[in-house]
Amino acid sequence: MKYIDEFRDRDLCLRLIKKMESILGDSEVTIMEVCGTHTMIIFRSGIRSLLPKSIRLLSGPGCPVCVTPAAYLDQAIALSEIEDVIIATFGDMMRVPGSGSSLETQRAAGKKIAVVYSPLDDLNIARNNPDKKVVFLAVGFETTSPSVAVTAIEAKKMGISNLYLLSAHKRIPPALRLLAEDRDLNVDGFILPGHVSTIIGVNPYLFLAEGYGIPSVICGFEPLDILQGICMILYQRKEKRAAVEVQYKRAVKNDGNPGAMALLNKVFIETDSEWRGLGAIANSGYAMGEEYKELDAREVFSLKERPSVENEGCICGEILKGRKVPNQCPHFGENCTPYSPLGPCMVSSEGTCAAYYKYA
Amino acid sequence: MPPITNMHKKILLAHGSGGSLSHRLIDEVFLKNFNNPFLSEKDDGAIVEIGGTKLAFTTDSYVVKPIFFPGGDIGKLSVFGTVNDLAVMGAEPLYISCGLIIEEGLDRRVLEEIALSMAQAAQIARVLLVTGDTKVVEKGGADRIYINTSGVGIVKKDLSVKGIEAGDRIIISGSVGEHEVSVLLAREEFPFRSQVTSDLAPLNQLASDILVVDGVKFMRDPTRGGLATTLNEIAEGIGLGIVVYEDKIGVSDGVAAVCELLGFDPLYLANEGKMVVVAKRDCTGEVLKRMKDNPLGKESEIIGEVAAELNGRVCLRTRIGGTRILDMLAGEQLPRIC
Repeated sequence: MKYIDEFRDRDLCLRLIKKMESILGDSEVTIMEVCGTHTMIIFRSGIRSLLPKSIRLLSGPGCPVCVTPAAYLDQAIALSEIEDVIIATFGDMMRVPGSGSSLETQRAAGKKIAVVYSPLDDLNIARNNPDKKVVFLAVGFETTSPSVAVTAIEAKKMGISNLYLLSAHKRIPPALRLLAEDRDLNVDGFILPGHVSTIIGVNPYLFLAEGYGIPSVICGFEPLDILQGICMILYQRKEKRAAVEVQYKRAVKNDGNPGAMALLNKVFIETDSEWRGLGAIANSGYAMGEEYKELDAREVFSLKERPSVENEGCICGEILKGRKVPNQCPHFGENCTPYSPLGPCMVSSEGTCAAYYKYA
Repeated sequence: MPPITNMHKKILLAHGSGGSLSHRLIDEVFLKNFNNPFLSEKDDGAIVEIGGTKLAFTTDSYVVKPIFFPGGDIGKLSVFGTVNDLAVMGAEPLYISCGLIIEEGLDRRVLEEIALSMAQAAQIARVLLVTGDTKVVEKGGADRIYINTSGVGIVKKDLSVKGIEAGDRIIISGSVGEHEVSVLLAREEFPFRSQVTSDLAPLNQLASDILVVDGVKFMRDPTRGGLATTLNEIAEGIGLGIVVYEDKIGVSDGVAAVCELLGFDPLYLANEGKMVVVAKRDCTGEVLKRMKDNPLGKESEIIGEVAAELNGRVCLRTRIGGTRILDMLAGEQLPRIC
């Protein structure tokens, strides 16, 4: 298929790997791919099996399902118990364990849960069920949140009054700052999520290079993109410089997508947010802004914030921070598998544990 | 396998996906209760001997949604699906039963259309619909119509995973994923359209074309759970590994585009007119030629081989030259595709 096959060309991939070997010499590097989509492509395409042994890839916290705290799931599950509520959600959230149940189990128990492929589908669900309250589980990074913002704006415009958002939207840069400050984490370079930068651009990441001296490359999602991104990091290291470079030039502009950012800022406000495994991070989330308060499921249903109860021994937090790899977890592959996941990294199709379980 | 957790005290859609949760349900509920030597083979059907004649016997229920989709409908699917299960067991399909569960209020015209489609399918596949049953349940007690078909056929050749050995070749009769994608796009919840039609087709002629070749050891139709799940079932059954080459596995542009958009892996998508064949290495040329001579197999390809190592696992050589494990489908990809 055009624009796909070109980026999966075997010869070009192998040439880049040869190049890596020549840049590296005897040195060893640790590179973190922040985004879950990158993790999955790396496994699915077999990149790990091709890379020089001296390159160590770590998976970061960039899987929106994985970093959504159990307490949020508990709120969603509690909402699904209300007689006239329909929960609308992306399919990935279905099997994520909350403290006691999951949405999949709730659906099997007869609760009304609709899987949507686009937030805009919520508008139809709300219109077709005027006697119900539709709550959309708004999770995702800056890639997803603009389309949720559009949904909120459209709902208001169309006079739809039975659609609510339970926002757990996250912002990537504050989480990266936390990782950059982590002294236990010796990362030589970051592969940054290209799709997030189609929205936020390059500037929000400059602190990685300027403040912490970590070479970073904003990367696309095909095998060649990722391999080229790794090469670009290796070059920066070799030349003893640190910059935030864009590999994914065919989609990312320096200033991102100002229109989408304007929509985000119209509907949401920045807020402190809890990340599963990482804890609360200042200004790392989006809550409903003043103008859209009437769509805020937290306000409308007076939801209480309770602390998350995690499964004992689950090391998803350490994995999300890149401090540990899945097979260091006592549950991994034993009582935590994609069929009955204990932690979020196993359930999401973009989770690090799921990737290790399926492909490694 | 890990124990059933609290999460799994209820039957989930994923238990019907044909993937690993389905397998667990079979082991933990059905094999436990019904166990006998026929069932424990865990094949798509059973081979039973009556009066010196070996019969293949299989059953399948069809709940596809929507009941009409590009390239077929629930009636045609219910006939070809069962014909195919018999055909890949090395049998000549002969007689089919038809049990209907109909929701009160279904248009009579719809029922007649489905019956006509079943009759035409039976004629094409040269089987007779010899017995049936109809139940009507109250509105909401079912979704329009469900069909169960059982089928019997005479075994022409004993096929078993047990004869498979390292070096054998894996062949598939064409590109993968068309059935599931066509059903998916026929659902109203998807706002985009494509030209993908289901590959739904009867495989009995194709099967009988190659059964005459000595080296054909095993056949299977990769339905729910797709090619990846079928390969894993074979690998598990023989305790050997399988290596497949991603660039040899055909994926049409329409299927590839939908997979890119929705994040599906075509190797896990259901097919209803494809056949996976395991053949002895030195017969592969003959088998492949015979398959290509049949219109349903004209895009047949050798996609991999059985390996002595790997111990029951399937390894994919990726397009860029890497390797990774190709696991069985975990959980559901999409419910009610057949």
